Amino acid sequence: MAIMLKRMTLIIPNLIGVIIVTFLLTRALPGDPAAYFAGPAATKESVEQIRKSLGLDKPLIVQFGSYVSELAHGNLGTSLTTGQPVLTEIKNRLPASAELTLFGLILSIVIAVPLGILAAVKQGSWIDHTCRIVATAGVSLPVFFTGLLLVYVFYYILGWSPAPLGRLDVFASAPTQITGFYLIDSLVTGNWSAFRSSLNQLLLPGLTLCIFSLAPIARMTRASMLTVLSSEFIRTARASGLDSRTVIITYAFRNAMLPVVTTLGMVFSFLLGANVLVEKVFAWPGIGSYAVEALISSDFAPVQGFVLTMAILYVALNLLIDLLYGVIDPRVRLEA
Amino acid sequence: MLKAPTPEVDTGEALPLLDVRDLTVEFATRRGVVQAVKKINITLAKGETLGIVGESGSGKSVTSYAVMRILDRAGSIAEGSVLFSGLDLRSASEGDMRNLRGREMSMIFQSPRLALNPIRKVGHQIEDVLLEHAQVGNEDVANKAIEVLEQVRIARPKERYHAYPFELSGGMCQRVVIALALACRPQLLIADEPTTGLDVTTQKAVMDLVVELTRERGMSTILITHDLGLAAAYCDKVVVMEKGHVVETSPSETIFKAPAHAYTRKLMRATPRPGITLRDLLPEDEAARARPVAHNPVQADEAPLLVVENLVKEYPRKGVTTSLKKMFGTTPVPESEAFRAVDGISFQIARVESVGLFGESGCGKSTTSMMVMRLIDKTSGTITFGGGDIGAIPARNFATLPQRKKIQMVFQDPTDSLNPRFTAARAIADPLLRLSDISRGELRSKCEELATQVGLPLQFLDRFPHQLSGGQKARVGIARAIALRPDLIILDEPTAALDVSVQAVVLNLLQDLKDSLGMSYLFVSHDLNVVRLLCDRVIVMNTGRIVEQGPTQQVMDAPQAAYTRDLLAAIPHPPV
Repeated sequence: MAIMLKRMTLIIPNLIGVIIVTFLLTRALPGDPAAYFAGPAATKESVEQIRKSLGLDKPLIVQFGSYVSELAHGNLGTSLTTGQPVLTEIKNRLPASAELTLFGLILSIVIAVPLGILAAVKQGSWIDHTCRIVATAGVSLPVFFTGLLLVYVFYYILGWSPAPLGRLDVFASAPTQITGFYLIDSLVTGNWSAFRSSLNQLLLPGLTLCIFSLAPIARMTRASMLTVLSSEFIRTARASGLDSRTVIITYAFRNAMLPVVTTLGMVFSFLLGANVLVEKVFAWPGIGSYAVEALISSDFAPVQGFVLTMAILYVALNLLIDLLYGVIDPRVRLEA
Repeated sequence: MLKAPTPEVDTGEALPLLDVRDLTVEFATRRGVVQAVKKINITLAKGETLGIVGESGSGKSVTSYAVMRILDRAGSIAEGSVLFSGLDLRSASEGDMRNLRGREMSMIFQSPRLALNPIRKVGHQIEDVLLEHAQVGNEDVANKAIEVLEQVRIARPKERYHAYPFELSGGMCQRVVIALALACRPQLLIADEPTTGLDVTTQKAVMDLVVELTRERGMSTILITHDLGLAAAYCDKVVVMEKGHVVETSPSETIFKAPAHAYTRKLMRATPRPGITLRDLLPEDEAARARPVAHNPVQADEAPLLVVENLVKEYPRKGVTTSLKKMFGTTPVPESEAFRAVDGISFQIARVESVGLFGESGCGKSTTSMMVMRLIDKTSGTITFGGGDIGAIPARNFATLPQRKKIQMVFQDPTDSLNPRFTAARAIADPLLRLSDISRGELRSKCEELATQVGLPLQFLDRFPHQLSGGQKARVGIARAIALRPDLIILDEPTAALDVSVQAVVLNLLQDLKDSLGMSYLFVSHDLNVVRLLCDRVIVMNTGRIVEQGPTQQVMDAPQAAYTRDLLAAIPHPPV
């Protein structure tokens, strides 16, 4: 518990750094939001007027001060394009992205980890080669291509999937919001039609992300398993006649998990930020597409909000991974 | 489940427990098939203890893996048969082998800490074996595991049951490994270098335990070792292996008195033991050629090269105890805030003197050598070298000072202490490039000169460490240390990782270099027999303090401290 608290206090300087950097980065971006909002036909005066109303004429440090004080009140500002408070938008869109990413990641773990273990145990066999081919193919195809291909095959040709238009098909109504994850919310409320509908919508984009993230997880599992399998305590376990299941799962895999968990953390954070393309292809109302739209229109507040949210997520994720380390490896607990 | 035949019923008196006939083991490598073991024959009677002795690469471990059928993927039994209680192990199914392993035949390995699953409680690891072989039901398994731990004399077995390997000492880990191997009361125990890396007293305790337990249970034991003394002390019969062949098999009394094979004689000669000189380690012809060891009487009036006074090194203890407290929810015995690794020691080294720093692991000898080497800072005390107080200079500044050239070090592991991407020449040149103003043109000739000095053939200078043998790597390490013509070399167990015959050569080389270059040595070692051969004086350390110091002969022959006497008594000697 004390270790956790200590670890938590380390987050604070991280977050302060992130706040400063995001603020400076958005100011350093090319493009003038005032000019953008005034429109192409605006006069110089009207641009200046907008600039003044946005507070962009003040010195950077003053702008930063007001940004931080707003932040302290839980106000992330208002999007200029949509007119909505950034916080509300992120609250609505983050669960969509998170649900998609988690779904894809869990799907990927379920496939990649056993595949990696088998590939390591039966090194050089057809399973090993299959693992290598699947992983290489998955990571070589860009996500938008995999996404489009899946849509083409399963929606257009086979017609098994619903139209790739958002999180629910048009006839279903969203479940009562609890977590914002439609799958969980609909399960909790017993709304079966919403559950089926959202699962159907989730399958293709989830699969797209899954295919993309198979490679790092499977390869890391395999490499890490190979290292552990050649270590001396595995030989001891074999020499004491333990059956291969115990040797592989209890002895080898638990020891091989540390690097796999690290990779999972990286893959998750990477997917969360980088699934913009998937969101675009499947018209997913996620946070990635929101941020990209804001960025294109030089809309500072949503971009800052997005980066800050991501930073907090990454930090939380790293904390979670550190704690997982401690659960897996007693030696980490002692060092902390 | 396979029932192992009980010897009384199935086998006659004459039938051995283990009968290895014409065993050939092959490894598929990139360069083709390599025979690691070639047509060897070994028999082991019930209740007998057999020693397999040989240097690295002799195939002694591979033989045992072949018997257990736990060879790597690349290895396979190409020829011959292995009969265990009349059962042909070569043709036994994998399932049958699994039933035999751990229940009828088991194995203990070197480096006990690595041999245990690092993230599983030792009690659970023992339970795994017990449950696998259905020795006990689920409800009693914990009690049985504690009982097994008790049998290997682990203090407070109930608490140790919950310990992870990293919380136990090396000797304790080896006891757990033994407990694991003997949990199901097998008939055959194979011990592969079971005490390598353990202190002599721990080694004695572990070996005595193994002997006692196996004798009590009428078990047969195979002891694989590179240490002739160990084999002689504990085995009924000894098999000597060289390059995959068995060169000699004899009862242990005869093999040491009258070794038949030339290789056995060479091994015997190279084993450090009391009553011989350094030159006696070399083969006869080389020993005759070597110069006699020069005697450089230490000038009494000359100021000593190194004076260490009341040296103390403390490490803060807080971190460990508080987290332990947190983990176990118990209050440890109140201890002083800091742990004293070195507790007020004083000694001197004269010019051209070699001083042995001896002690068991954790006694503070490495910490002392690191402080003298100025790699870590002292807590208090003084280190005077060549008249100047070097102890006062912070360790991080020392590397750039002229004194750095005068104190150099040869490290324990010849492989790990060389940059794998540097050639031998580059490694030797490293200190020259950093600390001397040698020109690029002279560098090569200087490297060649140094290589010649340490007896490294010049064609090896452009090889990388992985292309060199252990002895050659040791020579590179020594050449690097003498490159700057230091006054003092700290030798941190420089031969611990080497085979005895190579060790013999390296020790003689060190002696010759000392004589010709007039250096002083601080020789850190846990091997008293080696210290005896190389050092003029010896310092015995225990728990951070000096227990005894004096001329080597005097300390060895008439030890004053009880601790030194115990250590000397624990060393197994070949009966020569």
